Amino acid sequence: MTTTMKHERKYFGKRNRLDKPELLAPAGNLEKLKFAIHYGADAVYIGGQKYGLRSNADNFSFEEMREGVEFANKYGAKVFVATNIYAHNEDIEGLEDYLRKLEEVGISAIIVADPAIIETSQRVAPKLEVHVSTQQSVSNWQTVQFWKNEGAPRVVLARETSMEEIAEIKQHVDVEIEAFIHGAMCSSYSGRCVLSNHFTDRDSNRGGCCQSCRWRYDLFEDDRADAEDMEQKPALEPFKVGITQLPLFQEEQNPFTMSSKDLCMIDHLPDLVDSGVDSFKVEGRMKSIHYVATVTNVYRQAIDSYMADPEQYQLKPEWVEEMNKAANRPVNTGFFYEEPDHEDHIYEPEEKAVPYDFAGLVIDYDPETQLATVQQRNHFKPGTEVEFFGPKGFFFKQTIEAIYDEKGNSLDAARHPLQYVKVKVDQPVKYFDMMRKKNR
Amino acid sequence: MRMSKKPELLVTAGSITEVQRLLQAGASAVLVGEPKYGLRLPGTMTVELIEEAMPIVREHHAKLYVAVNQLLHNDTMKELPNYLAQLECAGVDAIVYGDPAILMIAKDSAPNTKLFWNAEMTSTNFVTARYWQKRGASRMVLARELNMEQVQEMKRELPDMEVEVQVHGMTNIYHSKRHLLQHYMRHIGKEAHLEEVGIERKLFLIEQERQDEKYPVYEDEHGTYVMSSDDVCIIEDLKLLLEAGLDSFKIETLLKPLHYNETVVRVYREAIDRYAEDPQSYQFNEQWLERIREVQDPERELSFGFFYKEQMY
Repeated sequence: MTTTMKHERKYFGKRNRLDKPELLAPAGNLEKLKFAIHYGADAVYIGGQKYGLRSNADNFSFEEMREGVEFANKYGAKVFVATNIYAHNEDIEGLEDYLRKLEEVGISAIIVADPAIIETSQRVAPKLEVHVSTQQSVSNWQTVQFWKNEGAPRVVLARETSMEEIAEIKQHVDVEIEAFIHGAMCSSYSGRCVLSNHFTDRDSNRGGCCQSCRWRYDLFEDDRADAEDMEQKPALEPFKVGITQLPLFQEEQNPFTMSSKDLCMIDHLPDLVDSGVDSFKVEGRMKSIHYVATVTNVYRQAIDSYMADPEQYQLKPEWVEEMNKAANRPVNTGFFYEEPDHEDHIYEPEEKAVPYDFAGLVIDYDPETQLATVQQRNHFKPGTEVEFFGPKGFFFKQTIEAIYDEKGNSLDAARHPLQYVKVKVDQPVKYFDMMRKKNR
Repeated sequence: MRMSKKPELLVTAGSITEVQRLLQAGASAVLVGEPKYGLRLPGTMTVELIEEAMPIVREHHAKLYVAVNQLLHNDTMKELPNYLAQLECAGVDAIVYGDPAILMIAKDSAPNTKLFWNAEMTSTNFVTARYWQKRGASRMVLARELNMEQVQEMKRELPDMEVEVQVHGMTNIYHSKRHLLQHYMRHIGKEAHLEEVGIERKLFLIEQERQDEKYPVYEDEHGTYVMSSDDVCIIEDLKLLLEAGLDSFKIETLLKPLHYNETVVRVYREAIDRYAEDPQSYQFNEQWLERIREVQDPERELSFGFFYKEQMY
């Protein structure tokens, strides 16, 4: 049962994209790009081989970008490239060619933090829109105004910006605003963290982040002589190494960490629309196909449902359920309403597993035999309970009965990655529908 | 041949006393401010205190800069024009900014005061420095994550822009708007207030796999800061920076006793003066390092920071 709560408008920002806010999804590789777009993204952001912040992701070659753009065009979607490092001197060389190439393969916009890249792009690849990255930690309207004056049609706000501040920014400046609405968050101001540099010699602002903020730390108080005593005594004397550090925790208590819960704004979509945000951004270029498709699918439905009839809009419980199937961290609303508190961080050891796995991709369906051709993505066998789902909330559950290989031989399990198998399905399915199963 | 112009020796200061004693010890510029507008200062210097400090600064023929490099939200915007105007009125020598909003506001509110660009860890290349130069910045404060070659190259590429580099002290490695220490205290069942997790409390973190490294951590009204476990100290190779023509050498005094900072300032002062007298015959003096070592917290490494470190990404 759902209770109808009439949405009361509290935020009054004006959107530049008047029709609908854009749903912007992450695409870690070409396949993820296709899923993100097929499942409802208006735009995707990807990483190229250089200048991006996910050096561990399998980033796009120019050829793959071209193919991605072609695919996106069929859906009327756009492709953005994250070019969001803070460049060092040696990164400057080659930048012009890279940007020209992005423009040439049909990229719509680059997401940029470093003014060196902003300026270069405007000069050599004027057709590429410049979107100012969250790495700039923009959190006030005058800075937004500055970037608009500098020719950026869009600014991605710092995740520390509240809903009220966003609405205020929108009232002051006529520029597109993009905000993260879902996914993992830096607990620091983005760009203002070099933990990785210090702990592992990896440059976090050039893609080397190793998530040191999620490590475990012990918190102590230094109880040695204070500064005033130091004035009086010979320098070394007050230091009694090691014995005057007081732990501020007990043995059995969780250690200190900077690890943030993930952001999830599905419960607050109307507020986001009211605040005037133009682009709703989902984090996660390193996340799975299953995650990207599921999350995109849910937000697509919620946005469409709200925009079609704001008066009658209701959050559907099945959206939240769906979202949870792809999530592996507890969630919160970030800085949108209140500053995060002690319940917004993850002190307990993390449960890594996602509740559901991508088990198969529907390639084809034969209405005569009711057999679907499925490309195996994970182990399943007769008896496995699975869920089929597709864009626009298409969904049903069933138990796998028999499995056949392409020649019609019966199989005791679908074991081989990417193998094509046939299974009987309870409802008609189509290409790009997905099959998931519960994790054991 | 004598050096035509000595590089500046800049220190952060948190009180009139510190301004006075650090200038006495040989600093030629001080960086001050208040936490509302400036990042990680060793103490609060309001406009009134700055006005009080100016005659002392002038007496020493030194400079006074004010840090206005906080990450700024809408609510501070209304007060900034007045604040910047007051600073100009007080006769400060420069305003140090990180957020471009300051550039826009300063044009109207403090049009005659110099602007220094310091975006902390994100000031990493000369093309970006030139970008800010074109928009009114006269100095670039280098990120501490650069290596020696990059630092030297920076000055080569920016002949008509001042370049400042940190030569000594700890560096900030993490800034969150979240009040992580208070949150943690609450998580383990202790009620905690901002005063108890502030800079005076001398809290530090130890990562569980790195027991020898102590990372100072504290909060102020703008969130949580984690500082490096080592203190940069480039005195041995100061010659390279002197030769490269860097304009300002900064000593970070944060979280150190005043007498430590005085010692460090005296050492760098001596080295700079020695070089200025006769660059050709200048040599590093082992005693300089000894004097610093004598006052150095034995639990904190004196390191070369990132000057000689290979970073991957």
